[in-house]
Amino acid sequence: MANLRDQVGPYFGEFGGRFVPESLIAALDQLDATYQAAKADPTFVAELAELHRTYTGRPSIITEVKRFAALAGDIRVFLKREDLNHTGSHKINNVLGQALLAKRMGKTRIIAETGAGQHGVASATAAALFGLDCVVYMGEVDTQRQALNVARMQLLGAEVVPVKTGSRTLKDAINEALRDWVTNVETTHYLLGTVAGPHPFPTMVRDFHSVIGNEARAQMLSEYGFLPDAVAACVGGGSNAIGIFHAFLDDESVRLFGFEAAGDGMDTDRHAATLNYGKPGVLHGARSYMLQDEDGQTLESHSISAGLDYPGVGPEHSWLKDLGRSEYRGISDAEAMEALRLLSRTEGIIPAIETAHALAGVLKLGKELPAGSSVLVNLSGRGDKDMETAARYFGLLGTD
Amino acid sequence: MKTQDTIAANRAAGTDTLIGYFPLGYPSLAESIEAAVAMVEEGVDVLELGVPYSDPVMDGLVIQEATGEALAAGFKLRQTFDAVREVSSRVDAPVLVMTYWNPVAQYGVEKFASDLQAAGGAGLITPDLIPDEAAEWLAASDAHDLDRVFLVAPTSSGERVKTASDLSRGFVYAVSTMGITGERQEVDTLARGVVSSVRQQAPEQFTAVGIGISTSEQAKAVNSYADGAIVGSAFVRAYQDGGLPALRSKVRDIVSGLRK
Ligand SMILES: Cc1ncc(COP(=O)(O)O)c(C=O)c1O
Repeated sequence: MANLRDQVGPYFGEFGGRFVPESLIAALDQLDATYQAAKADPTFVAELAELHRTYTGRPSIITEVKRFAALAGDIRVFLKREDLNHTGSHKINNVLGQALLAKRMGKTRIIAETGAGQHGVASATAAALFGLDCVVYMGEVDTQRQALNVARMQLLGAEVVPVKTGSRTLKDAINEALRDWVTNVETTHYLLGTVAGPHPFPTMVRDFHSVIGNEARAQMLSEYGFLPDAVAACVGGGSNAIGIFHAFLDDESVRLFGFEAAGDGMDTDRHAATLNYGKPGVLHGARSYMLQDEDGQTLESHSISAGLDYPGVGPEHSWLKDLGRSEYRGISDAEAMEALRLLSRTEGIIPAIETAHALAGVLKLGKELPAGSSVLVNLSGRGDKDMETAARYFGLLGTD
Repeated sequence: MKTQDTIAANRAAGTDTLIGYFPLGYPSLAESIEAAVAMVEEGVDVLELGVPYSDPVMDGLVIQEATGEALAAGFKLRQTFDAVREVSSRVDAPVLVMTYWNPVAQYGVEKFASDLQAAGGAGLITPDLIPDEAAEWLAASDAHDLDRVFLVAPTSSGERVKTASDLSRGFVYAVSTMGITGERQEVDTLARGVVSSVRQQAPEQFTAVGIGISTSEQAKAVNSYADGAIVGSAFVRAYQDGGLPALRSKVRDIVSGLRK
């Protein structure tokens, strides 16, 4: 069989493609051509690597968490610390790559969607660094639950536009960003924040995040002398998950686990478990699993975590699911919040609520993997942005 | 009647063509049917009935609000066929359906085509389906003798214009400006370029211009270099403002400029 790692868009099996208005095709072609040229250009590769070294803070370290692992059972747990990146999550990996491409294309304005606000913050950061105008679309619901990140984006000079249509969350922010892009495509690059959307986004965004898994795989070998038995990540659109999975796709001994948001629970209809409960369909420019009704209308997703509250998922995950290469499971709000509390207490690391879904998944894997197994987790982001949600959830504000 | 015949007949008679959009299920299925019938009675030549969709990325606020309201009021996809059947039994204009792709994909492309043909529909306008992704629809529309309208944009390469024009049946939809549906002051500059590109790539194909046309003058101007003008948001807004009478009067207003 051909290496899974070599798969590139537009199609991942029956998934992917470009289901967008014709008006956007020229821009997607330009982006694809610019990206292909950049990827093959040593100057671009070196420039991005240097930015990562001197600005992002790469390589990110690996931390073994023994006290947390003991709660999971007889396993070893290793965290790939994307939370230590500048701006606090993995999102910066993709943003710096795309911002360099925007400059190459001569575009002076970037737009982005954001759910948790992490991608918006990363985009606003890159815009400040490169002197680009930046508009971030954010569902009105999310501007409320991630108010601190709205302030951060504004401080960085970005304009944050609350999206008041539809479910007022990430899905609608993407719609609004697409509408802006159709209108302003001459001057504007749409800096899409996950591995969803029309080709070339799923492939390009994956490539920019594959640094996570490439580093982690080499670090596991050089620092510990073995590959992990399993790799785990949370899955919203799927960028941090594919970023860490990609290096391991052809390591048959390594199991891959993606944890989706199960919201109120997998036995309820209030969740964001797209790969578990969705069906293949077309959303935001690609064919992939998605939450939808029988008429093909997108259903609203539900999660305490704004970054996972999305009824779609990147096409490469749909492909990997159908191939059986990775396994996707649901983690409820309550399970995620408990894992957030436990990692904080046992290791002094407060994860993002998104990331806490992966950690809760690891607590469950501990009960099912063979004794002595090692699990590598993508610690995709830090919890600073979630302090208000967490404080309220755990009743720490004193007032409620 | 087939869209192409309607446009051809108008051209032979030296008459302009007006293509009118209205969303199904807005404000209710019955009222949207009455609105569509009224539009033809007032002079619309070709109908474009919009299927409400949860994520209408090509649409501006006016149409977003109307289709959102239709969905909230309980619009179901299968009602599309009921509406097409009733409208085409009451008026003599071709009835096209404008739909985003996922509803068709979920219903089943072949079944959608078959049911649309059975209901008397003329075909589909597909704003987020480019010819590159349309293999299934090309086959189904051929099998069921349906029109298929692809879009071309000011940014489309000559090669893409040629493919979209060659594969379109009825007419090819020339997007007048870079943007989403809505009413605009200026539609002419880019639209002329798109239409002339279609003429060059596919001289036999009809071209209608849409996006942003809201006045009689604009519709007239567009008809001077294209084969038809498509009006959507302006009709929906008229209905929002004053119901069926306002819609009728808006259609009359645009038609009077075209037919004088
Ligand atoms: C820290 C963190 N992890 C994960 C995600 C989910 O996105 P993805 O699945 O694309 O990694 C987000 C999104 O905002 C995030 O902020």
